[in-house]
Amino acid sequence: MSQDRRMLFWRRARQEMAFLVFRLAVLVVLGALGGILLYVLIQGAGAISWEFLTAAPRDSMTKGGIFPALMGTLYLTLGAVLVALPLGVAAAVYLSEYATEGRVLRLVRLGIANLAGVPSVVFGLFGLALFVGYFKLGISLAAGSLTLGLLILPTVIGAAEEALRQVPGTFREASLGLGATRWQTIRKVVLPAALPGILTGSILGVGRAAGETAPIMFTAATFFTLRLPSSPLDQVMALPYHIYVLATAGTHIAQTRPLQYGTVLVLISLVLGLSLIAIVIRSRMRRHKKW
Amino acid sequence: MLNPFSGQALAHKGLGRLTSAGIMNRRKRTSTEREVIIRRFFVAAGLFSLVVMTLIVLFLFAEGIGLFRTVSVSDFLLGTAWYPTYDPPDFGVLPLIVGSAAVTLLSSLIAVPLGVGTALYLAEVAGDRTREILKPAVELLASLPSVVLGFVGMVVLAPLMQQWWDIPTGLNVFNASLMLALMAIPTIASISEDALHAVPRELNEASLALGATRWETLTRVQLPGALSGIGTGVILGMSRAMGETMVVLMVAGGAAQIPGSIFDSVRPLPASIAAEMGETPFGSEHYHALFAIGMVLFLMTLAFNLVAAWFSRRFQQKGAATL
Repeated sequence: MSQDRRMLFWRRARQEMAFLVFRLAVLVVLGALGGILLYVLIQGAGAISWEFLTAAPRDSMTKGGIFPALMGTLYLTLGAVLVALPLGVAAAVYLSEYATEGRVLRLVRLGIANLAGVPSVVFGLFGLALFVGYFKLGISLAAGSLTLGLLILPTVIGAAEEALRQVPGTFREASLGLGATRWQTIRKVVLPAALPGILTGSILGVGRAAGETAPIMFTAATFFTLRLPSSPLDQVMALPYHIYVLATAGTHIAQTRPLQYGTVLVLISLVLGLSLIAIVIRSRMRRHKKW
Repeated sequence: MLNPFSGQALAHKGLGRLTSAGIMNRRKRTSTEREVIIRRFFVAAGLFSLVVMTLIVLFLFAEGIGLFRTVSVSDFLLGTAWYPTYDPPDFGVLPLIVGSAAVTLLSSLIAVPLGVGTALYLAEVAGDRTREILKPAVELLASLPSVVLGFVGMVVLAPLMQQWWDIPTGLNVFNASLMLALMAIPTIASISEDALHAVPRELNEASLALGATRWETLTRVQLPGALSGIGTGVILGMSRAMGETMVVLMVAGGAAQIPGSIFDSVRPLPASIAAEMGETPFGSEHYHALFAIGMVLFLMTLAFNLVAAWFSRRFQQKGAATL
């Protein structure tokens, strides 16, 4: 009897040790994330000022602000969303409303899964060959937006499909039962009900587009320009690329350190802020569904 | 998969055939035709991703294949010297492939225990409230831009490493692997956690009811059931680390050599493309060589992704019966 009890004690002890290891793993991961965020916040906060956000770089980028890079990133991201949102929602409508099991669906799923796995630098090469070279857009806002748009397409499809699937089947049945066609049902019932979910999910794609560097290096970004783009065929500065350039290619790398931290802080706030908003809204919506 | 339309659609078609006379029928037919056209449009939108994949392959190979007019495939893949700007240039990518393999392997050695541990904690140990906070935190880590991790590795970690261990440079395999591990952990953790949750509940309950501890239930019942999902997560995490550019561009050191230790600099495949494309004349031999590197990288990650897809299908848990 006492032997049994001792056995049980050891079995419990082994469980507690194992769970302690898992706790440590989580602590390491969160510690790394928290440490990075905190360090950048402390180092970068001093550089942030109104001028930093609204002025162009001066004195071979050792002074001044990041305004052109900030605006460039906003334009690129907006362009990427304009490309990815319609295409992504249409693909998601197919997956959730039209698709039936079979070869076509398997092919579509295969295409989306593999597109999601293509390395971002390969998207950059693809954008360079197709948009910059073949379509003769040159290194431009348009070429970069198209490249980024295709890059975030799988993210948008995934988010939109999840949102569409959360619309209850009874909505569709009610609409069809009233004599509406399939397309009328999708347009007037399913899509409006799924819209908030589609939009929040897409914000995750937006965050990704804003933070990517490799795809725009050869398709859109220039390391220095004073003016904002006046046409889609202009080159633009971008925050991620600006960080890379300041950290590696400048002639005054040590002098610009505070500016670098400031730029990193702005980029992190932008990207993580967007993601956080999307994550919070999404988890709220999952919890209190309206139907 | 539930398709609420299939029954309705059949009934609709049947109805059209029954009322086969007059204006009523004509209006029905045109609206059905419209529905067919709209349906085709959405099928096309679904297939668009596949079209993009095809275009990527086509353009990558069209530009990359140009290199093999002057350099043989075996010289390219097995050559140990990468001096693309010398005269005559050397286009041997073996050091770059080995560099990519080194950072990918080491980063997965770091990321797999941490990622799987995080998943196990989230799925098994954490209470509901802790999980509500931790899951978004892990997602946040996933959305950290890679250039930020590259920057931290380069500006913060590299000088520290140099100081601590008295090594020539902090920009090396180990530093890059640490940063890549941070990118791979969220992928591994979230896919593994989904897999753990997908194991049928009754199996766990049966095990617990027989008197097994939660740990015994986890290792003997739940982990075997979730193994395919965890494997898929690990492979996708490795694929993400292999294709990641900014971290290896900024932190791996950039020396095109076969590393002898984890404190040597390397030049993984994506780093070479990103560093050199800017200074390469359009259409030159070097330009084609960088696309050829892109082909190699694309095929390597594609292989990983296909293995992951096969893995998740092959060992899929189909209800309680397959265990």
